[in-house]
Amino acid sequence: MQIEYIGAFNIVIGVLVRFWPVWLALAIVLGASFAYKKRLGLYGQLFDSSVGIAGVVICLFWLFTAIFASTVAPFDPLAQIPVMKDALPGAIEPASKGVFLFGGDKLARDIFSRMVYGSQIVLIIAPAATGFALMVGITLGLPAGYYGGKIDTVLSFLANLVLAFPVILLFYLLVTPGIMDTPIPYAMAGLFFLFPIIFFCALFWTRYKNRPDRLYLLLGLTLVIGGWIYAGLVFDADPLRIVHIDPNQLNIFVAVVFASSPGVFRIVRGLTMDIKTRDYVAAAQTRGETPWYIMLWEILPNARGPLIVDACLRIGYTTILLGTLGYFGLGLAPESPDWGTAIKDASRLLRSFIHPALPPTIALMSFVLGLNLLADSLREQSMKD
Amino acid sequence: MLSFIARRIGTILLTMLCLTLVVFFLVNLEPNLKKLAISQTEMHTPPEQLESWLVNHGYRQNFFVRYGHWLGVLKMEPIVDPATGKASQRFSFCNDPAEPAYSGVLQGNFGCSTKFKTTVAAKLFPALRATGILMFWVLVVMVPVSLLIGILAGMREGSRTDRVLSVASIATTATPEYVSGVIFTVIFASWLGWLNGSAASAAQGITFYNFTLPVITLAIYGIGYIARMTRASMVEVMTQQYIRTARLKGLSFSNVVVKHALRNALIAPFTVIMLQFPWLLTGVVIVETMFRYQGFGYTLVEAAGNNDIDLLLGCSLVSVFIVLITQLISDVGYAYLNPRIRVQ
Repeated sequence: MQIEYIGAFNIVIGVLVRFWPVWLALAIVLGASFAYKKRLGLYGQLFDSSVGIAGVVICLFWLFTAIFASTVAPFDPLAQIPVMKDALPGAIEPASKGVFLFGGDKLARDIFSRMVYGSQIVLIIAPAATGFALMVGITLGLPAGYYGGKIDTVLSFLANLVLAFPVILLFYLLVTPGIMDTPIPYAMAGLFFLFPIIFFCALFWTRYKNRPDRLYLLLGLTLVIGGWIYAGLVFDADPLRIVHIDPNQLNIFVAVVFASSPGVFRIVRGLTMDIKTRDYVAAAQTRGETPWYIMLWEILPNARGPLIVDACLRIGYTTILLGTLGYFGLGLAPESPDWGTAIKDASRLLRSFIHPALPPTIALMSFVLGLNLLADSLREQSMKD
Repeated sequence: MLSFIARRIGTILLTMLCLTLVVFFLVNLEPNLKKLAISQTEMHTPPEQLESWLVNHGYRQNFFVRYGHWLGVLKMEPIVDPATGKASQRFSFCNDPAEPAYSGVLQGNFGCSTKFKTTVAAKLFPALRATGILMFWVLVVMVPVSLLIGILAGMREGSRTDRVLSVASIATTATPEYVSGVIFTVIFASWLGWLNGSAASAAQGITFYNFTLPVITLAIYGIGYIARMTRASMVEVMTQQYIRTARLKGLSFSNVVVKHALRNALIAPFTVIMLQFPWLLTGVVIVETMFRYQGFGYTLVEAAGNNDIDLLLGCSLVSVFIVLITQLISDVGYAYLNPRIRVQ
């Protein structure tokens, strides 16, 4: 059967049209941001430089693509339409008259739809894993930097131990199908996911110790919400069946948190050691505040600038790690539409077809670039203060 | 200084001991041993024979005893066939001792590779040599280029050159090896046809044609990072009083940069370049897989994919050693280069 094609110009127009919900959302958010720039603090200042604007636009673009994936993508990312095997960009699918804008891959799936759905996987796992890594790093880094001594020695040794592992070896050992039969991933998940709960409990306890009405409300909320998510993620026992994660995704998640929390730990420890010599910390000590109050409410807020910048860079780094996992076929299902897996599949066939390789590589690169630009501009803005 | 280095080497040895124990634990998990037994026996072997294979090859001994064997602090007992009572080697393809002997890493015996049917040393060291050649060329490309970019950008902060080079270096740090590798292959191999998209023939002889793509792919990711660090360091140096003094006493701008700024600006990048090695190790694995170059990274992937216990342990030992030694060199070198820092 003869497949008809549309021209290059029509492909560009077609892609732009498919992204209409994203353009709409971008226009609304950017318009609002420009209008209320003065009142938005650090976020508003980002719009003062072209680098900052570029960073925000790229990150928001992928965020909205992930949110509206089902509207943007014309086809099911897993559906195979045999006639479209290795179709070139712009091929028209005979049955539905839909266009394979970026062509079909070797399993006859729409590359454009896979790229769009791939953003969902990346934009869920990367920021969430970074968030957990931040929690772990902060909760351990604050006491290590503040107390020093034995705690610091032990925790730093452990952090250096993990950092001495080449990331790829760590993943080959931790993200294997076999390891899912052992309790190791669940034990690690149980340990890591405990840290956010500990963190928030300590945060509220130190602040509202003398105001029981506020304290019990906040502590109760933390324990209920935290416990709910904890049960859902670690034991897959969410009573309402809302929080759920696949075992292999849990495995990836845990491995990524494990690999990136020592880095956060080192940064937080260094910042704490620096900030604890300041006068306001001495003042708080003289007032008789407890160590944890000083760490969480005096030191941490003043360390937020470098931490935000680091979080931005780290989300990008985690995206790269996820791509690495996909590239080596570790953890994620082989048919998963994530960018790393797509790059792996396409790079083996580069001699015959190059079109399946380009969309996922450019997508991954642009997203990480957006995050790096954002981090760079955030750093510059926070230096100005 | 000497006691500092001695203490650091002590920490390194402790770290290596802990890490190999962790790796040893992970590769000896029950599912991994099963996988090994299945890959080493013929197809469709019944479970009892898999179990007896594991017993016969000593995989069912106590965990710590086996770790001691591997390390060489316990005597390796040969496997005794219960029927004949004759002692035999564990694996015939590498010279395991047939009588009890200390034969572990401490004695220089890295064990047997079950995947490649040879000793680990015979597989690992040629691979390391191949990767060493790759690394050498990567450093030859990466270090001068990144230092040049960083110095040019940091020389006049905020100029057009600075902004263009900074965005370019951010872009390269956003491009992991598997992305730049694909893009370079598409452009230079598929499209222009100038270079070879595979480095498999580099084992016979390295040519510009087959070795350029792996080298630039590996170098490009590090270039951006080192360039940014150099730029930051250069910018800081250029605001110092002594630069102003040099400028005010009438030296030309180029003279100031070359004679006064460079020396001080290059201390920080030295540390950064040294600390790039751990990342280069990961990059090596990706690039060697992508371009089919049979080096250390390729060996590591094969070992991990087939749960080749001794080879994987050897690989982890080597990589951890490289990471820790480069850290030590960077610390010592920093103290040596910067007279203001004295190691206590």
